[in-house]
Amino acid sequence: MKSKDRYNNYWRTNIKYVSTLLSIWFTFSFLFGIILKDFLNQFSIAGFKLGFWFAQQGSIYVFVILIFTYVILMNNLDKKFGFKK
Amino acid sequence: MSIQSWTYVLVGITFSIYIAIAIWSRVQSTKEFYVAGGGVGAWANGMATAADWMSAASFISMAGIISFAGYDGAVYLMGWTGGYVLLALLLAPYLRKFGKFTVPEFIGDRYYSNNARLVAVFCALLVSFTYVAGQMRGVGIVFSRFLEVDINTGVIIGMLIVLFYAVLGGMKGITYTQVAQYCVLIFAFMVPAIFISIQMTGNPIPQLGFGSEISDGSSTYLLDKLDNLNVELGFNEYTDNTKPLIDIFAITLALMVGTAGLPHVIVRFFTVKKVADARKSAGIALLLIAILYTTAPAVAAFARTNLLETISTKSYKDIPQWFKKWENTGLIIFDDLDNDGMIDYTNDDSNELYVDRDIMVLANPEIANLPNWVVALVAAGGLAAALSTAAGLLLVISASVSHDLIKRVYYPEISEKGELVAARISAFFAVCIAGYFGINPPGFVAAVVALAFGLAAASFFPAIVMGIFYKKMNKEGAICGMLAGIGLMLFYMLKFKFDFFGGGLSEDYWFGISPEGFGSVAMILNFIVSFAVMKFTSPTPKKIKDIVDNIRIPENE
Repeated sequence: MKSKDRYNNYWRTNIKYVSTLLSIWFTFSFLFGIILKDFLNQFSIAGFKLGFWFAQQGSIYVFVILIFTYVILMNNLDKKFGFKK
Repeated sequence: MSIQSWTYVLVGITFSIYIAIAIWSRVQSTKEFYVAGGGVGAWANGMATAADWMSAASFISMAGIISFAGYDGAVYLMGWTGGYVLLALLLAPYLRKFGKFTVPEFIGDRYYSNNARLVAVFCALLVSFTYVAGQMRGVGIVFSRFLEVDINTGVIIGMLIVLFYAVLGGMKGITYTQVAQYCVLIFAFMVPAIFISIQMTGNPIPQLGFGSEISDGSSTYLLDKLDNLNVELGFNEYTDNTKPLIDIFAITLALMVGTAGLPHVIVRFFTVKKVADARKSAGIALLLIAILYTTAPAVAAFARTNLLETISTKSYKDIPQWFKKWENTGLIIFDDLDNDGMIDYTNDDSNELYVDRDIMVLANPEIANLPNWVVALVAAGGLAAALSTAAGLLLVISASVSHDLIKRVYYPEISEKGELVAARISAFFAVCIAGYFGINPPGFVAAVVALAFGLAAASFFPAIVMGIFYKKMNKEGAICGMLAGIGLMLFYMLKFKFDFFGGGLSEDYWFGISPEGFGSVAMILNFIVSFAVMKFTSPTPKKIKDIVDNIRIPENE
């Protein structure tokens, strides 16, 4: 029974991480890069219109950060639940 | 040295490296042949995945497409990188834990059904052949442009090289040649990009140069200037969309989900040592891919500005040397409609100039007057990109036949040695078929590749994700879902791309979504059909639920 709880806790935490990270994924690509593009294009950073920058640059940087965040979170979670050799 | 001698030297050196690696990594067992023995480190796998992933289309065509499409090019940039987030969070760690050899094997075992396995094999072959045709064509194009051989001869040379290391070394040979190919292709892409960025903006980092002021003393931003140039000639603003946003949304989603569902990418994660390495190498792969993918839009903007400034409304007599050279290959066509000797480049009937998209990368170093060795480097890079992707796809095809069809369905008692022979024979035939498609190509490279994503999105992605995250999904649901998804996608593609079923124009698109983006719709249909069928059929057996529980944890107790 104890190992069943442990399994459920591990999986629930994983799902929480995945859903949080995927909502960030959606926000920076689909929301900022596409849906809100016209609105954000009114603003600029350096020579970039902001919506255009998210679509062609910013979202990609965010994707890289998201995966490494997940790697760190899961490595810690594995350790906490004793899955790390 | 001339461009051509440099090309022979650089292509010769890189090919010798690939062959040396192939000889060093010959394999004796099926585990080595299919998944490189499962002992690839996270960094090596990350590099191999990046090369596997970045195809002839990424290297040769993408920057050119963006250059003409402006903002719309974002579909490829976000679509072909964002999928790695899905891969790392939803698929790679679990498939590694499952620990078998192929994607159809996961589907067949998880859905306890050889029918599911056969449907998956069909989808894997369809996706991989669609994709590999583009790669062999890419090899032919690079050879013909730079070494002035016939495109078909180029395809055959490419086939022989891939054949050599894929048949001899299987996944192990492919993995380590891909590591080398990543280094070649990224170097070849970055060197001209950095040179051009310095020339145009004074900033050596293309990602920043792209948003800097143009260095002609006018203190206008490059992108503002490009917006203006575009508008003057009657095109849309460079930073604005041409396609409807709903189509951009759908294409981006289809490419992302398709990326995560492509069998040749997924199998790369079967080759690492442990679950934590699968996650880490997905991150490394995306980081290495992002180097090229954040540079490509900068190259696109530089190339577009260069093109408009050096050619548009200039006299044909004073045109630079490279223009005439590429005119001979038919990739640039100038037709002086009004006979005034000037090149009028516009967005309407008075347009006199046709420029092939692929030129933007292939001719960019010449347009920017870079040294000959840089031009030759681009040829070696293009070949590395095309060969690495082709090899990964061929392995998927050969494993689908020798492992999924022969070993798992039709002839389970085959010996390990027999299976290895079968794997090599099917790799051989796969190369021949790929070569045939390379010589007789169905449409141009990027368009064909884009459709492979729709097919992967409509079939594998839902089946695998539900297989991991939803224990109740049963075999009937998954099989019907895959068939419905891929059936709808094929129908839409045949109707609007190949004029079957009455054909149709872009006004007739369903929901305004083009065939490239339709994978998103077909994927949703796959999910809906799966759930509906599941409700009315028998539940998943206990034994399968235990397997799913087991793949959800990184290590067994």
